[in-house]
Amino acid sequence: MIEAALVLGGIGFLAALGLGAASIKFHVETDPRVEEVAEALPGVNCGACGLTGCNALAEAIVAGGALPNACIPGGEDVSKNIATIMGLDAEKAEKFIAVLHCKGVHGKAIDKGQYLGIPDCRAAALVLSSPKGCNYGCMGLGTCERSCPFDAIHMGDKGIAVVDAEACTGCGSCVRACPKSILDLRPLSMNVHIRCNSPLSGKQIKALCSVGCIGCGRCEKICPVEAISMSRGLAIIDAEKCVDCGMCAQVCPTSNIDDALAPRRDLLIEEEKCIGCTKCAKVCPVDAIEGEKKEVHKIHQEKCIGCQRCVQVCPVDAVMLGAERPKPGAKKKTSEAATDG
Amino acid sequence: MGKKLFRGGVHPHDEKERTASLPVVDAGLPERLFLPVSQHIGAPAKPIVTKGDKVLGGQVVAEAAGFVSVPIHASTSGTVRSVAPYAHPLGAEQLAIEIEVDGEDTFVEAEGPMEPIADPFNHDPNEIKTRILAAGIVGMGGATFPTHVKLSPPPEIGIDTIILNGVECEPFLTADHRLMLDRPDDIINGLKVILAIFGLDSGFIGIEKNKPDPIALMQDKAASLGGVEVKPLEVRYPQGAEKQLIHAISGRDVPSAALPMAVGTVVQNVATAVAIWEAVTQGKPLTSRICTVTGDGVKEPKNLLIRTGTPIGYLIEQCGGLTDDIAKVIMGGPMMGLSQYTLDVPSTKGTSGLLCLPASQVRTEPQKSCISCGRCVSSCPMGLSPTTIYNFIDADRVAEADEWDTLDCIECASCSYVCPAGIPLVQYIRYAKGRVLARRRQLGT
Repeated sequence: MIEAALVLGGIGFLAALGLGAASIKFHVETDPRVEEVAEALPGVNCGACGLTGCNALAEAIVAGGALPNACIPGGEDVSKNIATIMGLDAEKAEKFIAVLHCKGVHGKAIDKGQYLGIPDCRAAALVLSSPKGCNYGCMGLGTCERSCPFDAIHMGDKGIAVVDAEACTGCGSCVRACPKSILDLRPLSMNVHIRCNSPLSGKQIKALCSVGCIGCGRCEKICPVEAISMSRGLAIIDAEKCVDCGMCAQVCPTSNIDDALAPRRDLLIEEEKCIGCTKCAKVCPVDAIEGEKKEVHKIHQEKCIGCQRCVQVCPVDAVMLGAERPKPGAKKKTSEAATDG
Repeated sequence: MGKKLFRGGVHPHDEKERTASLPVVDAGLPERLFLPVSQHIGAPAKPIVTKGDKVLGGQVVAEAAGFVSVPIHASTSGTVRSVAPYAHPLGAEQLAIEIEVDGEDTFVEAEGPMEPIADPFNHDPNEIKTRILAAGIVGMGGATFPTHVKLSPPPEIGIDTIILNGVECEPFLTADHRLMLDRPDDIINGLKVILAIFGLDSGFIGIEKNKPDPIALMQDKAASLGGVEVKPLEVRYPQGAEKQLIHAISGRDVPSAALPMAVGTVVQNVATAVAIWEAVTQGKPLTSRICTVTGDGVKEPKNLLIRTGTPIGYLIEQCGGLTDDIAKVIMGGPMMGLSQYTLDVPSTKGTSGLLCLPASQVRTEPQKSCISCGRCVSSCPMGLSPTTIYNFIDADRVAEADEWDTLDCIECASCSYVCPAGIPLVQYIRYAKGRVLARRRQLGT
């Protein structure tokens, strides 16, 4: 009994000596910040940063290979925390979300036939191109839904993917999973999106889908900032140039272009509430707001596009929604008001 | 040698009684033909005609674009109406040459490079191979691999066994069955041309024992013409798969990821042998074939002689049309065929059958969970584990799917046939193959 205790104790003591010596001799200097940064990251290993996981990003940030705001899904809070750890200023990264460029729900887009194969878009693309008549639209088999690490895409029963803007972090997993490249990342602040991905001609599209982009070019013509270009019969909005005025959505003959703010309304500043902070004037993409500091501001209705950015930034809720705005075409909008947004 | 049965396989009911005794009838000419430029494995052919061109039957309308590629010939005379993407049996639209048929059915003279060869058994093998390429001949069992490539192994590989495939193990189909009854001499002569290319004296024809009449006839002819041994084979699907057929006839096993030429063997379909014979002795390019239109979803099942490029809707019309309870039209047989979504799809050089199934014979319930019964594993003639590959690819684990020899799958569908949970295993594996190949390309291996 005693012998056994001595033997085991002896072995343990020798091993401890060995380990102790090894830990001194083979000591590796690690930056304690790596662990702290890794702690601050969300830890879902989604890969949106382009690295293999959160630990890899933590190492990259500490080594200076990535910025504190590199974690898109983490958002502002995470980048602030990391910036504090790193002793840097947090630069606010614009939040992006996934946007589906297809509107071909059941009833609007025709089906080729009944698809009974593997319920996966990539598999269906192999045998049929698409179960839908249109080979460019959303197949509705949910490959993006399954690829989303944040449960932010759902198929519903309409036959196309629906992105939950609240839950979406813009990590891009779905964009990489979609075999039709119908999803892409767009700034969360954008309210106007073209919801078609088909380069087919108007005649061909009409036979397959009643809400597709027919390439008529009316949106391109009405756009005050030349943010829309026609590429092979498909309109594409340049997110950099777009000022979110929503005029394109109003002239689209197939209602393909979605405007989250439709119907647009007049915006008015309540004089009693306005404190003259100038925030609204700064954020206005078309310079429609006028006013000196500490004075009541005024919105020029003929310039205003109803994008409501002023509503969002006003600290005292002084910007009010007014009457519905008339459709463009009824009265020509001023194009000289355009800025590079 | 011989009589060895491969491992695995299944016993579907052969369903051939509908058409086995019906003689081949000419399907006639449709109003329009659509010739896809991709009717073979390999690079799609390059169109050399444009809208408005007048073409004659047998005229090249698209030329081979590379070594693994074959030309496409007009299958009758008429006017080119368009060269544009069109429905294709494989699903995705592909470039096709649309010909408005003039009804004259005039063919070009067989001259120049297509001039008939007087003594094909003692001719320069390279010229014969060039002729086979010029005639656009591909494997007509359904895989449509260019025949001249198969007949051109690297010089260091010695070929000592030639096998003609008259097995036709796919249920419902009787195209090869009828061909063997109608043209036994041409089949044997075609085989002899292939033998002459390799300087061999004798070859084999493998036929499943459920076709006693062609076996008897071919044995008869083989006795009088010589140089051919007819091998009656056990009935089991997929006996007609290349590697399984080689095993049954010569006892050789083709190694994983290798071609039959690795064991000194070349296998050709009986219909391919006839096409070779016609190309060599008559200068005829491959523009028609036999196609079985069958199943309970079509009013009068028939064996038709069809022009390549004929829309399948026309072929079904020639068979009295579809029944009212039609649910599925499959190009090919029930095991390996592909469901079609439109009857506008044109037939190709590999269209051996059209299977029309009524609603009562089509399984539509969704798949259930795998119960790990192992039936797919014991049915797989390639010794794979379909359920494992399915699980890996369903979890997006492409690297592991590759390790489990996904690419060895011959897509015979025995696994899907036996699966009690109704999992479309072979479809998953076909999908997995695409992912595995894409991953290998990405890794550059």
